[in-house]
Parts: sequence; structure tokens; C-alpha cells
Amino acid sequence: MEPFLWLLFSAGGVLSALLIPAMLFLFGVAFPLGWVSPPGHAHLSAVLGHPVTRVVLLGLCVLALFHWAHRFRYALSDGLQLKHLDRAINLFCYGGALAGSAVAGYLLLAAW
Amino acid sequence: MADRITLRVTRYRPESDTEPAAREYEIPLRKEWSVLDGLNHIKDHLDGTLSYRWSCRMGVCGSCGMTVDGEPKLTCATFLSDHAPGPVRVEPLSNFPVVRDLVVDIGDFMRKLPRVKPWLIRSEQEAPAEGEYPQLPAERAEYEQFSMCINCMLCYAACPVYALDQEFLGPAAIALAQRYNLDSRDRGASERMDVLSEAEGIWACTFVGECSAVCPKDVDPAGSIQRYKFTAAMESLKTLLLPRGMR
Amino acid sequence: MSEKSQYTQFHPRWYRRRVPVFWWLRRPSYLLFVLRELSSVFVAWFVVFLLLLVNAVAEGPEDYRRFQDWSATPGMLLLNVVALCFILLHAVTWLFTLSPHAMVVRLRGRRLPPALIGVGNLVAWMLASALVAFLILG
Repeated sequence: MEPFLWLLFSAGGVLSALLIPAMLFLFGVAFPLGWVSPPGHAHLSAVLGHPVTRVVLLGLCVLALFHWAHRFRYALSDGLQLKHLDRAINLFCYGGALAGSAVAGYLLLAAW
Repeated sequence: MADRITLRVTRYRPESDTEPAAREYEIPLRKEWSVLDGLNHIKDHLDGTLSYRWSCRMGVCGSCGMTVDGEPKLTCATFLSDHAPGPVRVEPLSNFPVVRDLVVDIGDFMRKLPRVKPWLIRSEQEAPAEGEYPQLPAERAEYEQFSMCINCMLCYAACPVYALDQEFLGPAAIALAQRYNLDSRDRGASERMDVLSEAEGIWACTFVGECSAVCPKDVDPAGSIQRYKFTAAMESLKTLLLPRGMR
Repeated sequence: MSEKSQYTQFHPRWYRRRVPVFWWLRRPSYLLFVLRELSSVFVAWFVVFLLLLVNAVAEGPEDYRRFQDWSATPGMLLLNVVALCFILLHAVTWLFTLSPHAMVVRLRGRRLPPALIGVGNLVAWMLASALVAFLILG
């Protein structure tokens, strides 16, 4: 199991390093502060309407969540020395990533 | 430059002390003196009971590793003048049980090392080659960096994963396994994989990177572990996806 | 640290130091490591933020406007500025220190030095960011 979790973690690490900074800067900081004028609803709707956009975003969400799960698991078990709670930690982290992936899949594919 | 410097050396005498305590020694400060020279001065002139390990004084034997001002260092390659005006803290390497004063027990590593089979493995059925197994310079360059390891244990002392879990195989052992895995003459990669890819092998490493930062020989154990994670992950993918015959 | 000392005649009493709970405060590099690992929490937060945005856009212009107002509240702004700092820490460490040492890239049979891989990652990061900005801003 470990090798596959690591592959998901790594792929998530690469994707989030490449894509998240620009998106978070724009939507989280630049638009709210008015540094850049935000795109209208029609434009965003059109971009998100393209299936490729949504598949890429779904990939980003799933892999980023597994990236979080892997790192957070080690942060808890090593950083806080909770190795004896490994089972609970794994369930929380990877279970959380799975649940989040399901929500992302619903919002990006089924509900659109 | 002041002509004297204080070494604050950790002493532990198991027959009388319950725990280690620091003791200060004032020694001459000379430009060309390493911390090891300072310890030798103490041993020869101030206190003959001080125990520590050393041998070559030139960074090849790997026996004089200690913690100098909180950092794992080869004391023969760490100069007093770089730590002036002092006092300079000299402690045993972290993460190992202390036998006496500055001497630690590295038996744990010595038991782990043979598990990764750090030697050239060829098939037993195969007759030995007529003469030598030739190797191109480029093939040699693949593993040369990892062959520089002198087993000084600075990487184990710097590794928080090893500090927290002594079952972890550890940086030097994995780097030395890679030294043979990447050798064009070796055929033992699959034999080593079982040990390397268990939970307490490569997967326990969280890439803190301190092992590579403290390595006096630029072996880069952290890099070797991550590279091996990729190799092991690809092998696992192959086992999962490809039918038996094509692996 | 596990207490597994084997007492022998020659080692009457080994001394083992315990690892303090806040071991990662002892060295700057350990602290940086823990911060790097904590960046993953903000990666997860971004996924939540992104899904809320997607949902708002899907619901219509009214919800999208509400999302914009909500993301401009001081609390959200502060959270996202902190998140951006951690995401940048993640991107910089991942692209320039971690992956250059973990990846082996060969060009004509020769292994590229880590610094060159870092340059390649920088170019990829710039291109990806430009593409994202182009798609969002139109």
C-alpha cells in the first residue's frame, strides 16, 4: 500500500506546487483586495463549463487531498509522537482524503 | 584572537553517575587546532580519564563524530577557531546510547547494515567471469557518491525519524544499499528490495534532509532514499499492472 | 525513544536521552521541516475553498457575488494570506530543494545536476501559472 500512497502524495505535491499558488493568489488575495478586477460570472462559468477544466480540477483536488493526508499523517505520528495511534491517524487522514475526493467528484462531475 | 578557549565536555561515568553532566576545561586556542586536538590536549595534560573515539585525524575513518555546539560533526574537521570565543559544547552523538563520556554504542547500525547486503551480488549459478567485470567511467559515476560513506553516524544523529523510532533502517544503510543497487556489476537489487521497502525502510523517511546537510562526505543519503522510493513505487506499479511474464 | 538497553557486563548502564515533545524547535532546519509539512493543511484548505468557488459559480451569478463578498471579509483575507505563505513555502521547497534531489533526469545518458532540474521546475511553474492566469482572466 505504502508505494501507492507515496505516488499519490508525490503527484499531489507536484500539481499543487505548480497550480495552487497562482489560483490562491488571484481568488484569495488579489480579487478580494481589488488589485486585479475579478472575472465575471459568465466567463468563469464558460471556463468551468469545459469538461477538460473540470477533469483537471478534479485531478488536482483528489491528488492534493492525498498529498495532505500523507504529510499530515507523518506530522501527527512523528511531530507529536503519536505513533501508537497510527490506525486512528491513518483512518482520519486517508479516510478524509477519500471523503473529500467524493465530494469533489460530485461537485465537479455530477452536479455541474 | 584570545589564546585560550573553554571546552564544555559532557562526562558520563556509568559506574558512578546517574546521568551525564558537563565539565569545563580551559585549553590553549591555536589556529590550526581542531576540536579533536583540544580533546587530545585534555586527555594528555588535564584529565586522563576522558573517553572518546578517534583514529585517523583526517576525515576518513569516521570514528570521531560528536555533537559540537549542537551540530553533529567530525571533530577532526571542526576547528576551534570557528567556535571562538567559546565555550564550545562537546557532547556525544545524539540518538545513540552513551557508553561513557563521548563514546556511543553504534551496535544498532552494525546490526542493520548487513541486512541490506552491502556487497556485490551475482547469481550463484553463473560461473565467475574470466578475469574482471569491466565497468565504464559513466557506470562508476552512477554510484560513486554513495561509496564515499565512512559510517561516521552523523546522519543517524541528525535524523529525527531515527530519534523517534529506532527501528528505522536509517540514512547510511539505505545509501549504502543504493551504492550496490546502482553498481553495473551487481545483480542483487531485488534481494535488497524486501528489506528496503518494508515499513521501517524507505517509507519511514519523511525527507527532513538533515542527513545530507550534516554528511561530511556529501553522500546525500536523503536524495538516495527519495530516488529509491521512486524505484520501489514503479516496481510496485509494475507488479500490479503488468501480467507476470512482462515484468 | 524505546528503552531496549541490553545490560551486559561491559555496559553497566547505558545512558539514553529521551526525545522531547517539541524536538522540532531545537534546530531551525527541523522547524522548517515541520512548517513544510504543515503547509499540507493549507493545501487541503485550498481544495475546500476551490470547491466552494466552483459550487458558487455553478449556482449562478448571485451566489458567485456572495462568494466574492465572503472572500473579502477580513477573517477570510487573513486566512488566505497565511495560506498563500504556506503554499509558497510548499512550492519553493518542493520544486527547488526536494524534487531536484529526488528525481533523476537524464539527458543523452548523463544525469542532470540538481540545480538544472530546479531551473526546469521554475520554468514549468512560470508556464503553469501563466496558463492559470490566462484561463481565469481571459
